[in-house]
Amino acid sequence: MDLSYSPEDIAFRKEVRAFIDETLSPATREKVKGDRHLAKQDFVDWQKALYRKGWIAPHWPVEYGGTGWTPTQRHIFEEELAYGHCPRIIPFGLKMVAPVIMKFGSQAQKDRYLPRILSSEDWWCQGYSEPGSGSDLASLQTKAVRDGDHYVVNGMKTWTTMAQHADMIFCLVRTSSAGKQQEGISFLLIDMHSPGVSVRPIKTIDGSAEINETRFDDVRVPIENLVGEENKGWTYAKYLLGHERTGIAGVAHSKEQIKRLKQIAGAERAGDRSLLETPRFRDKISNVEINLMALEMTELRTVYAESAGRAPGPEASILKIRGTEVQQAITELLFEAVGHYAFPVDDDREGSNEPPIGPDYAGRLAPHYFNWRKSSIYGGSNEIQKNIIAKLVLGL
Amino acid sequence: MDLSWSSEQQQLRDSVERWVAQSYAFETRRKLVASELGWSRDNWRQFAELGWLGAALPEDFGGIGGSAVETLIVMEGFGRGLVVEPYLSTVVLGANLIAAAGSAAQKDALLGAVAEGKCLLAFAYAEPTSRYEPFNVQTRAAKKGGGYALSGHKCVVLNGGGADRLIVSARDGGAVRDHGGISLFLVDPKAKGVRLKSYPTVDGGRAAEVWLDEVAVGAADAIGPIGGALPLIEHALDRGIAALAAEATGAMVVVHDTTLDYMKTRKQFGVALSTFQALQHRLVDMFIHCEETRSMALKAALEVDNADPQARARTLSAVKVQIGKAGRAVGQEAVQLHGGMGMTDEYKIGHYFKRLSLIDTLFGDVDYHLERFARAG
Repeated sequence: MDLSYSPEDIAFRKEVRAFIDETLSPATREKVKGDRHLAKQDFVDWQKALYRKGWIAPHWPVEYGGTGWTPTQRHIFEEELAYGHCPRIIPFGLKMVAPVIMKFGSQAQKDRYLPRILSSEDWWCQGYSEPGSGSDLASLQTKAVRDGDHYVVNGMKTWTTMAQHADMIFCLVRTSSAGKQQEGISFLLIDMHSPGVSVRPIKTIDGSAEINETRFDDVRVPIENLVGEENKGWTYAKYLLGHERTGIAGVAHSKEQIKRLKQIAGAERAGDRSLLETPRFRDKISNVEINLMALEMTELRTVYAESAGRAPGPEASILKIRGTEVQQAITELLFEAVGHYAFPVDDDREGSNEPPIGPDYAGRLAPHYFNWRKSSIYGGSNEIQKNIIAKLVLGL
Repeated sequence: MDLSWSSEQQQLRDSVERWVAQSYAFETRRKLVASELGWSRDNWRQFAELGWLGAALPEDFGGIGGSAVETLIVMEGFGRGLVVEPYLSTVVLGANLIAAAGSAAQKDALLGAVAEGKCLLAFAYAEPTSRYEPFNVQTRAAKKGGGYALSGHKCVVLNGGGADRLIVSARDGGAVRDHGGISLFLVDPKAKGVRLKSYPTVDGGRAAEVWLDEVAVGAADAIGPIGGALPLIEHALDRGIAALAAEATGAMVVVHDTTLDYMKTRKQFGVALSTFQALQHRLVDMFIHCEETRSMALKAALEVDNADPQARARTLSAVKVQIGKAGRAVGQEAVQLHGGMGMTDEYKIGHYFKRLSLIDTLFGDVDYHLERFARAG
């Protein structure tokens, strides 16, 4: 039992930090710092740089291109990515579909997709939710009907994050209406460039258009794109959600955001002192910091249990619930911190010579707060996470 | 970084858990609490024989040489059973303080005796108007002859009644809230000028009010530097917080398990209460509080002996805030979800609720530690 970093760990942290400083473009870093819009190329360039270094997939098994790091090294790596203002690693390929392909995919699927995911050659998105199927995901209606060597897919997926950039989508589709609704679902990999796939952006309350509706009209998908067995897709989907939950805590990112919050609250005036020095606001920050400390320790316990051979169990839902609560609390306090200057609409000023209205840090904070309301909804809403714990941990 | 138990630690866990399950049934505890002493000397002898009293004390002085992790293990087990024997006051607060800052003679005289179960200690730091500030000391240490004369009133001294030695904070200089000028002294409760009133506490324990009237102590009875003992007191209280976090973990796990069982069996409207989603989610919230408390207890144990007092204070105050809030939430929810049963003295859940409520108070509550957390940066 020991929480301290060894000299090797400290050296590793330096190495990671130096790599980021040398490699990440200053323009991209500034965008991340200020919550500015990132272009597809910003993400891809960064991910390719990590790929060339061999660091893009620390959580993958070494034989597929993982790093073989200890849980401590992975923890340090995550922290340095956040502290260095790196673009987030798009999870759909690396963290979501890849583990499913590794565990349930055919050899051909592994050979084809895993290297392209690793190198960021393909951009993936996720086709789970539908207009009529949110938390009740298993009620999904997008149909895949077998026709010779193909499935013909018809239906609509929604909330498909960054589908506008995507080359591939992993989809839950209905292949049978017999029996329980969970037993007629299959896990299909679909080329987004196929005829019949169309993507329509959905503008969100923060003014961005990160999510989409993705429609399938008679899209022909080769049967070799079926993962595992037909009608077993629900099992694979649940496996994937387990992986999604552990990454979703966002501890390092929240630590970085707390630093930012303290800087801003330190710069804002409230009467004869800074906002940071007013007990009421300071206590709000302290409460979030303490929740984050508990979350970090819970995540470390989970990660160490995992490295000792115990799979991330349904307890990982705790990380999703608390992680998103902390993220949302921070965005809320950032929004509060800037007072009146939460008001002006700040369209992305990239390439604009107009000076900002109000302090430079203020412009994006209201949209940022609005945007992060998503986090307790996506990835299985926090209410669904509680259902999961109730059922699988508490036996209710 | 490593978060796995050593095999010795795993053995200690098993042994404490087994003992509590076998020897500390709720009805057994009830009888102990109602007895004249309020706890069991026979249990205390067993703790000594099992090596628990010396588990975290140095090997040179009759201990086993463990760390705060050993204390965590013992306290978590004790939390499960709401153990009332004076482990916190004698071992966690008293003996650790002497091991950290006592003179060689003090260590020789006391630590081995503690490990053998032959010496009880109590930490008299709080005063009627000090609230939670350990530097808020009115008790005076006036120079007299080669030693000091202590005068003042120490309040709610945990297990003060049966103690063989009191560890008393007193001021030889400075204003009431000055951080300097505070010293610690070993005081024999039988010495002339000591008046002590012992009483039961609402959570099943014992405490005492201690009045000192010109109590003579020698220079050799001082623990640590004269006038400079505040850092020792702060560290001792942080050790106390780490131990409480572990105790809270054990208590909360029992509360949650018990409530869960009750909800699965209690039927209303023709179905088990556990079938209602509104109640399921509250049980999940309790579960999350339990897991976070376990995380924070571990963090506390691993950082309570951090050489940087500022970093230590920040962590331990964070821990105290978290366990205070979580303990209250879990305790209150457990009573609520048990309905009328939760209000009865006969049923155990209310007793866990009471202990969790007092754990929030002990060594400073949520508000006090939020303030200390922020001050520590």
